[in-house]
Amino acid sequence: MINVKINGKPIQVPDGTTILAAAKMLNIKIPSLCYNSDLPAWASCGICIVRQEGTARMLRACCTKVTEGMSVITHDPEIVKARRTVLELILSNHPQECLTCTRNGQCELQSLAAEFGLRQIRFEHFIIDRPLDNSNHAIVFDRNKCINCGRCVEVCQQMQKVNAIEYQGRGGKTVIGPAALTELADSPCIRCGQCAAHCPVGAIYEDHSMRKLWDRLADPDTVTAVQIAPAVRVALGEEFGMEPGDISTKKIYAALRRIGFNYVFDTNFSADLTIMEEGYEFIARLTEGKGAIPLFTSCCPAWVDYAEKNCHDLLPNVSTAKSPQQMMGAMIKTYWAKQAGIDPAKIFSVSIMPCTAKKYERRRDETMNSSGYSDVDSVLTTRELARLIKQSGFDFNQLEDEEADNPLGPYTGAGTIFGATGGVMEAALRTAYAVLTGNELADINFTPARGLKDVKEAKVDVNGTEVRIAVVHQMGNVEPVLEAVRSAIAEKKEPPYHFIEVMACRGGCVGGGGQPYGATDEIRAKRAAGLYSDDEKSVVRVSHKNPNIIKLYDDFLGKPNSEKPHKYLHTHYVERPLYK
Amino acid sequence: MAYNHYILVCGGTGCESSNAGGIYNNLVAEAKAAGVLDKVQIVKTGCFGFCEKGPIVKILPEDSFYVEVKPEDAKDIINEHIVKGREVTRLLYNKEKKSAETVEEIEFYQKQLRIVLRNCGVINPEDLNEYIARDGYMALEKALFDLTPQQIIDELKAAGLRGRGGAGFPTGLKWEGAMKTESDQKFVVCNADEGDPGAYMDRSTIEGDPHSVLEAMTICGKAIGANQGFVYIRAEYPLAIDRLKIAMKQAREAGLLGKDILGSGFDFDIEIRLGAGAFVCGEETALLRSIEGQRGMPTPKPPFPAQSGLWGKPTVINNVETWANVPVILNKGASWFSKIGTEDSKGTKVFALTGKVRNSGLVEVPMGTTLREIIFEIGGGIKDNKKFKGVQTGGPSGGIITEEALDTPIDFKALQSLGSMMGSGGMIVMDEDDCVVDVSKFYMEFCVDESCGKCSPCRIGTRQIHSLLDKISKGKGELADLEKIKEIGFAMQKSSLCQLGASAPNPTLSTIKKFEAEYVAHITDHKCPVGKCRELTTYMINDKCIGCGACARKCPANCITGERKTKHVIDQAACLKCGECFNVCKFGAVEKV
Repeated sequence: MINVKINGKPIQVPDGTTILAAAKMLNIKIPSLCYNSDLPAWASCGICIVRQEGTARMLRACCTKVTEGMSVITHDPEIVKARRTVLELILSNHPQECLTCTRNGQCELQSLAAEFGLRQIRFEHFIIDRPLDNSNHAIVFDRNKCINCGRCVEVCQQMQKVNAIEYQGRGGKTVIGPAALTELADSPCIRCGQCAAHCPVGAIYEDHSMRKLWDRLADPDTVTAVQIAPAVRVALGEEFGMEPGDISTKKIYAALRRIGFNYVFDTNFSADLTIMEEGYEFIARLTEGKGAIPLFTSCCPAWVDYAEKNCHDLLPNVSTAKSPQQMMGAMIKTYWAKQAGIDPAKIFSVSIMPCTAKKYERRRDETMNSSGYSDVDSVLTTRELARLIKQSGFDFNQLEDEEADNPLGPYTGAGTIFGATGGVMEAALRTAYAVLTGNELADINFTPARGLKDVKEAKVDVNGTEVRIAVVHQMGNVEPVLEAVRSAIAEKKEPPYHFIEVMACRGGCVGGGGQPYGATDEIRAKRAAGLYSDDEKSVVRVSHKNPNIIKLYDDFLGKPNSEKPHKYLHTHYVERPLYK
Repeated sequence: MAYNHYILVCGGTGCESSNAGGIYNNLVAEAKAAGVLDKVQIVKTGCFGFCEKGPIVKILPEDSFYVEVKPEDAKDIINEHIVKGREVTRLLYNKEKKSAETVEEIEFYQKQLRIVLRNCGVINPEDLNEYIARDGYMALEKALFDLTPQQIIDELKAAGLRGRGGAGFPTGLKWEGAMKTESDQKFVVCNADEGDPGAYMDRSTIEGDPHSVLEAMTICGKAIGANQGFVYIRAEYPLAIDRLKIAMKQAREAGLLGKDILGSGFDFDIEIRLGAGAFVCGEETALLRSIEGQRGMPTPKPPFPAQSGLWGKPTVINNVETWANVPVILNKGASWFSKIGTEDSKGTKVFALTGKVRNSGLVEVPMGTTLREIIFEIGGGIKDNKKFKGVQTGGPSGGIITEEALDTPIDFKALQSLGSMMGSGGMIVMDEDDCVVDVSKFYMEFCVDESCGKCSPCRIGTRQIHSLLDKISKGKGELADLEKIKEIGFAMQKSSLCQLGASAPNPTLSTIKKFEAEYVAHITDHKCPVGKCRELTTYMINDKCIGCGACARKCPANCITGERKTKHVIDQAACLKCGECFNVCKFGAVEKV
């Protein structure tokens, strides 16, 4: 432990604590802008300067670790003056368009300016004009709003190791942009949206389609059907004052009806369907040699995008099962439309996702139109749903609970945990184990798959056969696992794993790029805990026992992983270049 | 075979670009023609330092110092001097002198003490044997066989050597930090990314004496337990890179670099990494990132490189001049070295003396020499008998030092207390014709371009100060702008991550402090007192004009008209304000208003 004084108050902190963190323990807020707890301190903004008593130089609180006996002053007239000037400098290079900005009211720079009470910018206002990049159907990059804090670069290069964005140019003309001066669509970007989730201002954000949606909701000839993803229900509430992890599923159903959606379904249902298809696919690959092992999950469109760009050799190992979003879309416009007697041409199918990559997934290739129409017509993020609710004028917190519509609504506990890292693996194991052994897992709570460890590994004994699994979340953690698989293939050895779950975002979908701003590991863990409690409360906790799923197969699909499911519920992958 | 004469031709970049290569070739050809090629050794050496008078050719044993030599002078040098033994007096620095003139007699060299530049202009940098003949690699031998790592470091600490790259951190302590940090791998790095405008001491050192750097780095490798070194050098230094490569090859062949050096069992090798010429890559953390293949942007310190440098491993990074001191210290001893210089700073410092000084060039003086000695004795005073205005040390990071401080003995501490800094040793002399607003604008523009763009106070602050200075230089400034500059400057000094940003406002702030009236004149009188700022200067032709037409012929805009032998007129609308008319007029008829 290290003894330090901050503004005269003594405190003991662990070795390696930064000044910023130590001050926080004393409830002293040092203003900062570029710092984010997910990332190593990049120290670019210059706002968090403090003074070490007895020296003239100031230190950056975000990146300076405390030393024994250090005495720090966090606020004095000189410090505040320098901070103000730096903030004014940043604003002199930022558009003054707050009213029409996507981050209006949720902008870290705006809040800081408000706290400092800036009333005018005394310096020359200048913008290095760059065109808006909305090329990739998922993420919009408005570089004129970029304050060069570097968070997105750190996220993309260090956290995700995707390297789609970088610093470019020199000196006063330095900007952040898609790698190799491309547009985002032509860059290695996998559309995970972690850059957008970490951007403190409105420089990177999800592609909006709100106005079009309102038009369709108002159109009497359109039948609107909506689905909500697992991770939405434990995060949306944060936008309305709830705690992370508070489950608001039934309020969301009610809200969606208030907004004007005709039918409300749940992606948790199609998550159960995914388990049936992916689970049976895994069994076929493992026991019948039908396809490559290990099998990688395919629910995460950012991971699929990554694989198509970076892992051409391993594409045969990626499950052909579509993601729950796309399975739901296909079932809405085929099975349900027929059952409800609605012309699928009139259906406008919307999904609410914690994700930006889902916006791209819905048009990834022709298999996304398996119903003969666009299976999913519009994708909104959790943040966009919150905005939609706020535009609709009702009090979300006061809504009475409602249920989802049948038959694509009711879900099992296995479906709901899809939203957390390890959830797909756990749900799949519950079903695969049961199918292979005829028994349920001894403990249905498969805890080795849970939690925020970078790579989780486990072994399951299935009828005397050892099944090895791995769970990876956060794209930057995947390479060692891929390398292990590759070297086993090269050396013609037993694969290190049989089944691997990959989610591009930290914590899985609960930490998705479309979730409410400000996610930290603590928040991710709380959201995941919300999903696990939803699972625990569920009467049915295995996908293959969802009565509506059983009926769906009986009435429409036939056997899992058979011809008809392959027509609607499976896809294929192509090798895509890293740069176009 | 013994030679009668040695002809040393300066092969530094400055003289090379004035066709020293042609001189060398002609000398060889003439010697061949005269049949004396076997009696004279013609060698291309490193920089003599006296760049003002280059290209320079020196002949031993007479010690004849020929200046401003042209390729066609080769004939006289061979036929007169070598064959007939008669000095070519028209090429001597001091033309009046009839007899041999030694280097020591030239005032430019009189107050200098050459430790770092000891071999520059003396040896052929492409010949390992010449380096060895001047005690080269003796220090390495000592370090490998006679001294323990701690003893090497103690020697450096006792010598009091401080880093010559800018901040003056004690070299021995830096090495000790790296030595004591446990790691499976450590690195030694030479910072040859010299970027201050006008500074070229590191380039010249490598061009003239590359082995001194290689030897020192190897010694450091032994001291801290590293087996790999990198020289980070800008690609704009092709000659230095060539010489370094040749030196590395020769050292490897001689067993002085690579595996099992001199049979000691110690392995150490060096690789060259080329920089793209970004000023910020002289900042050590940015330099290390650049070596790693990343964009050169500074990272927070601590951790310091000695604890966590290249790829997170302990790394000693010193600049070229620091390295060049190391072998001498081990050879001659710490007590010898520490007697040179001041209490605060030991040894010598190389300055690149440029600007409005008569003898520009590389100058190496003991710490504690005064600026007056450097500028007025070594430098020969201000060109064209103009008045001294100030001297900028430390390049774009330093400040201006004026008349009243000229007698201060110069060392790290003294320069800092004068509001400037040592920097890497750039020294630009300004005279009465230089405008402080213009000079500050120049340095700030440099920083706008050379900021890495990471840190907002630096990236935006430099641009804002530059735009305010630009306004002032055009007569459009307001008095409040000076306050804004001071405010931005203060924020940059306090909140920038690296020293580039923290020191970028120094030239501006120090000139505002010392020459506030000149700034105010630009703002309130809309005048540039020295007539430098174009928008504020008007050239007029007065009644002294005799109508010779010299100005009209020189004018690039063809805007001066007039009949012969009558007073000419400048068309103000077309005038570019280049000042050529003012410079060419012999009658004082063109005036700046």
